[in-house]
Order: sequence, then C-alpha cells, then structure tokens
Amino acid sequence: MKLSKAAFLLSAALVAGAPLAAPAPAAAQSADTIYVPLFTYRTGAFAGSGIPIANGMRDYLTLLNERDGGIGGVKLVIEECETSYDAKKGLECYEAVKPKSPVMVNPWSTGTTLPLIPRAAVDKIPVLSMAYGLSSSAKGETFPWIFNPPATYWDGFTQILQYIAEQEGGGVEKLKGLKIGYIFLDASFGREPLPLIDKLSKELGFEAKLYPVAASDMQNQSSQWLSVRRDRPNYMILYGWGALNPTAINEAVRTGFPMEKFISIWWPSEDDAAGAGPGAAGFKTLNWHAVGADFPLHQDIRTHVVDKGLSQTAPDKIGQVLYNRGVYNSMLIAEAIRKAQEITGKKVVTGEDVRRGLENLNIDEARLEEIGLGGFTSPVKLTCADHNGHFPTFVQRWDGDSYEKITDYAPPLSQYVLPLLEEDAKAFAERNAPWPARTEPCDN
Amino acid sequence: MYDVFMDPFVQMAQMPDLLVQVLWEGLVSGVLYALIALGFVLIFKASGVFNFAQGIMVVFSALSLVGIYQFLARNGFSGHLAAFVALVGAIGVMFLLAVAVEKIVLRPLVNQPDIILFMATFGITWFLIGLGEIIFGGEPKAMISDQLFLPRGAWNVDMLGGMVVFQKLDVAAAVIASLMIASLAVFFQKTRIGRALRAVADSHKAALSVGISLNQIWVIVWFAAGVVALVAGIMWGARSNVSFSLQIIALKALPVLILGGFTSVPGAIVGGLIIGVGEKLAEFYWGPLVGGGIEAWFAYVIALVFLLFRPQGLFGDKIIERI
Repeated sequence: MKLSKAAFLLSAALVAGAPLAAPAPAAAQSADTIYVPLFTYRTGAFAGSGIPIANGMRDYLTLLNERDGGIGGVKLVIEECETSYDAKKGLECYEAVKPKSPVMVNPWSTGTTLPLIPRAAVDKIPVLSMAYGLSSSAKGETFPWIFNPPATYWDGFTQILQYIAEQEGGGVEKLKGLKIGYIFLDASFGREPLPLIDKLSKELGFEAKLYPVAASDMQNQSSQWLSVRRDRPNYMILYGWGALNPTAINEAVRTGFPMEKFISIWWPSEDDAAGAGPGAAGFKTLNWHAVGADFPLHQDIRTHVVDKGLSQTAPDKIGQVLYNRGVYNSMLIAEAIRKAQEITGKKVVTGEDVRRGLENLNIDEARLEEIGLGGFTSPVKLTCADHNGHFPTFVQRWDGDSYEKITDYAPPLSQYVLPLLEEDAKAFAERNAPWPARTEPCDN
Repeated sequence: MYDVFMDPFVQMAQMPDLLVQVLWEGLVSGVLYALIALGFVLIFKASGVFNFAQGIMVVFSALSLVGIYQFLARNGFSGHLAAFVALVGAIGVMFLLAVAVEKIVLRPLVNQPDIILFMATFGITWFLIGLGEIIFGGEPKAMISDQLFLPRGAWNVDMLGGMVVFQKLDVAAAVIASLMIASLAVFFQKTRIGRALRAVADSHKAALSVGISLNQIWVIVWFAAGVVALVAGIMWGARSNVSFSLQIIALKALPVLILGGFTSVPGAIVGGLIIGVGEKLAEFYWGPLVGGGIEAWFAYVIALVFLLFRPQGLFGDKIIERI
C-alpha cells in the first residue's frame, strides 16, 4: 500500500511535468499537408523570452491556415516542441520531429543550432536560425543547409559599435581609447561575438571588458555590476536572454550606470525594461522591425486567430518586440515555403525544396505590402552564397513605457565582419574535417 | 604570481570603499543564501530528508503571492491591503503544501531508506514546476514590492575616500532575513514545539515513545520551510523578478549546507555569509584573471575544501560510524 502511494506520487509528478518537456503528440507530413515544427520554450528560466516569440510564430502560421487555407492551398501542420531553452531537449525535439519530414527546423537556441549544423545536410532538413546561431553559417558555400537572416551576432556588435562611435561624434576612429564593457550570457550565444570583439578591440583601439554571467546566476549579477563600477566603462553592451535581461537592466539602474550608454543586441522585451521602473528610461536595443500592432497583418491575426480563440497571446501583448520577432520568423518560414512551391511547381514541398526556397528568398517592399507588413521591416533577399544578407538594423530607445525608434536603418561594418566570417567558416570546416564540399545546386 | 597574490590586496588597500561595497553585497547575498539554506536545515533536522524541492518552493511561494495579488487586482481589489491579503494567502498555500506533503509523501514513506525520501522530493519538485506553470504561466512576474512597502532607492554614504551605496531594498532584505532567522532560532530553541523538533531530529523512535506526533512535527517544519521560502522568494524576486530561474539560485544553498552542516541553524547562517562574501570577493578581485564568471563555481570550491578537512561542516554533528 505504501509503495503504491509512492508510485502514485511519482506518476502524478510525471504527469504534471511530462507534457511540458516532451514533444507534442505525433503529427506528420501527409500527402496534402506541410509539416512545420516549432521549437519553443514556454517553460523554464527562459520562458519570459520564449513565450512571446512562440506566440508570434504560431499566430502567424495559424493565420495562414485560417485565412488562406495554408500556403498555396496546402494546410500547414504546426507542432510545438518544448525545449526549455535546453540544448539537450532541443536535440531531443529534433530527433522527435525528424521522422515526420519537417520542411525546416527553427531551434531558437544557439546551443541547439550548433550541433544541428553537421546533421542538417545529412538529414536534408534546413535550419533557420533567425539572427542567432553560428555567425559564419551565413556562408552558403560552406553551410548550404543553414540560414541565419537578417543579421548575425557579429553584425549586431558592429552596429552597436557604430552607434557608439556616432555618439562620440564621428566614425569608428572615435572608438579609440574608449572602454567598452560586454555583459553576456556565458553560453554559446553570449560567447559567439568574442572572436570579433578580440579582433576589433585590437584593430580599432578600444578596450573591451568582459562580464560573463552564468545561467545559474542570471538573477544574481551584483558581482558583475560591482566590477562595472570599478572598471568605469564608457559604454556597456548586453547580449542577454531570459531572466538575464531584466536583471541586468535592474542592476544597471541600481548601480547608477548611465542608461543612455547601455545598449543591447536585439533580444530585450518591453517587460525586461519595464521591471526596472522609471530609471530604465534611456536603455537602448537594436531592432530590425517595427514594434506595435498597427499593421493589416496584425488586424488579420486578431480577426482570424485571437478572436476565434486559437491564440495563447494576451491581446495587449500583440505587437510587442518579441511577439513581432516571432511574426517575422514565421514570415520567413512561410515565404520560403511559398518560394519553394514557386520554384519546384509542387504544392507539397520537402525540406530540400524549402532549402532552395530559402536560398531564393526575396521579400521586397511590394511583397511586404501584400503580406500586410508594409513598412514593418527592410526587404530581405538571400542568395546561394549569402544565407544571411547582413541587413541593416536600427536603434530603439526605452522611454519608460515603450520602445521608440531613434535612428535610421544602418548596415553593419561589413569590412570587418565579412573577412572574419570567411575565415571562421574555413576554420569550422577544417576543425570538422572532412567537411563535405557543397553539392547542392544553386538557382541564382 | 603578483597578479594572484599581491594585486588583489593592493586593490583592496587602494580602493577601500569598493572593498566595503563588495563585502556588503556579499553579506546581502549571504543572508539570502542562509535563508534558503535554513529551509533545507529545518526539514533535514526533522526528517533526515535533503529537500530537493526547496528551490521550487521559493519560486512557487512567490508566484502564489503575486498570482493571488493579480487575481485580487483583476477583481477590483488592489493596493497595500490586497498585497497583505495575498501574503496571508501565500502563507496559506504553503501550509496546504506542507499538509499535502506530509499526508501524500512522507507518511506513506515512513521507514523507507533516505534515498527514497530524497527521490520523493525530486517528484515534489517536478510536480510543483508543472503545477506552477499550469496555474501561473511561465512568464516572469514583477514582485509587488511597492504594495508590500519594500523600499526603492539607495543611501549613498561617503566613506574611506569614496562612496558606498546601500540599496534600501538590500538593507530591508538583510534586516527581514535576520529577524526571520532569529525568530526561527528562538522558536526552535525555546518553545515546546522546538524542543519536540529537536527530539525528533535526535531519534524518531525516542520522540514517538514520549508522545511526540511525528506527523505534526513534519507539517510544522515543512510549513516553516515554506514560509522561509516565501520570504526568500519575495527578496530575490524584488531584486529582479519572479521567474523559474530563481530555483537555480537555491542550489547555492548546497555549498552553504556543506560548509555549515546539514543539521545546524547557526551553521546555515555562518555558511551563507562565508559563501556570499567569499564568492563576491573571488569574482571581484580574482575573477578578471581568468576572464570572470568564477562566482558560479567558486562556492563549490570553498565547500570542497571544507569537505576535505571537516566533512561534517562547521557546526554539524560529528559523524561516528562503527565498522
């Protein structure tokens, strides 16, 4: 009897926990559907960032099913797999969805993306790591199955440097002699720009101070900010995720760091900044798309998805930074499938077809208007050689209530990034020798 | 060699205000670690169980507080009074949890080996994670600091040729945690229930033979651990927000316990302070030598050193095994 109760307890715990960690029930690509798995994290330490992105991605694809009957008349099978932003679970999700012939995977984690890079070519499943993952996977010649538009972490870092130089009254020569702090999640994502920082600090003459934050200490950053107080950097750059972002903003406010000189890569949300109170005003982040829900597409999402009870999004969250990031991600997914249908003439496309679709992706302003996202972002065009595009981004400023765009779109410092990407792609192939030479055909 | 053995001390001498600041930050962290460790100690003393669920109890109690407040606010009842109603509600939730744990987990597992009880606390952890996410969602929640009268802002004190910043919230956290620890110590040292708890800790059988209800004691200690978790959750949550990543911080209590001893309340306090101050000093003065980020593991190094020389911890009972 005692043991049976213990067994009951364990069963109850498993029943409560299992649905949150395990892949969703089986749903495979059939003859008349296209299977699009979404790796999401609605649970765990990173859920604060993961939930709005998951909502944006899902709502956009659900809209296509509800309003248009799918893409090109083919319904999408949308299936979420919960990763908790854990690379191990991400790989489990990958293995779970692989037999169901996904047309692509979106890992939403640099830690998951990295081990998928060698597998993608073998399994013929393209990986879309939108503005995250390995920066040099932009090189299509070396990584024909990996796509990371619209900008790499390296691009983002140079865009922040460029903004700093402008604040100092000129070009990158103004960076000389500055002390720039870099606070980051001490994981694959945050460490990604370190080679670039090392190189640029020497070339451009600024001093880089590194402040790594372990995932276990995301909400315990007082040491890092004490070091900031000692080192007195002129500017701080943030590459954070999950609970790291609101804590960093909070600590910056607490220690009196000038918020106008605190600039982040594109991940912090409204909630991340709002939690620090009015003192967070002036905090800045990069972005490449609009914030807000004043677009025809958002209206359609409300009408066809939210009002029908098909969304998990709170109405007031529609249009926030990370929700729109999810929308943007699904726009890329949908347009790649559409392009694949156009190139191959098939309705039900495969991963191989969608890889070609991604390589020929061309979302110009006219197409953005058709989608209902006119003025939402800058056009996206990829090629066989360039799987990223290195598109421009802008700086947005937190005014205490919302993010406000304060600069025009500006391109990255490609003269520094591109040679380094080339070098890094080559080094990656050498490290992983024998790295297969590209055999995939090119359509452009 | 100079960088390791001399430079940090030169820095301390040159910038004494920063040294005081580091010590203060370490002290605040240490008090909060001690608070979490105290929850472990209470349960370990009473039932010999290392409660792996203590971390999620911190998150679950804080989520209950914020969740109840949000529920009240949605129904038109907000402000300070609502916050204190939510506080009472959260304490009630922790009491119900204690009763449920005793009835569903502990009672059926009486006389089972310690490892079984330990694994059962894993089950409680996953159950509470799932339940918390189902009820409250996975999004981080802002702590209701203002409604609970937790102060904002800082006192900037000019001293030692520089300035030391004392965040009012940190001062409040240190004071509240110290009061909490002191009252628990008095409760368990001076009251009848406290003596009963110590009797249970010494020997379950002997305690039962003099009429002490084991079940009642377990409910009391799990409830006390739940209240301690709630206070820790409020304080950590007010420093950033209430999210499931807080449960990871609770694992910092492990080196604290190794240092202080699993059965010692003063040990949890002293261990917390040593770990809190030690890791801040190490990160601040020695961290830059290895690229930073040593805080995440330094506490375990301190604990390892203690394990080598004093396996029972600073104040733990000496382990005597007959072979």
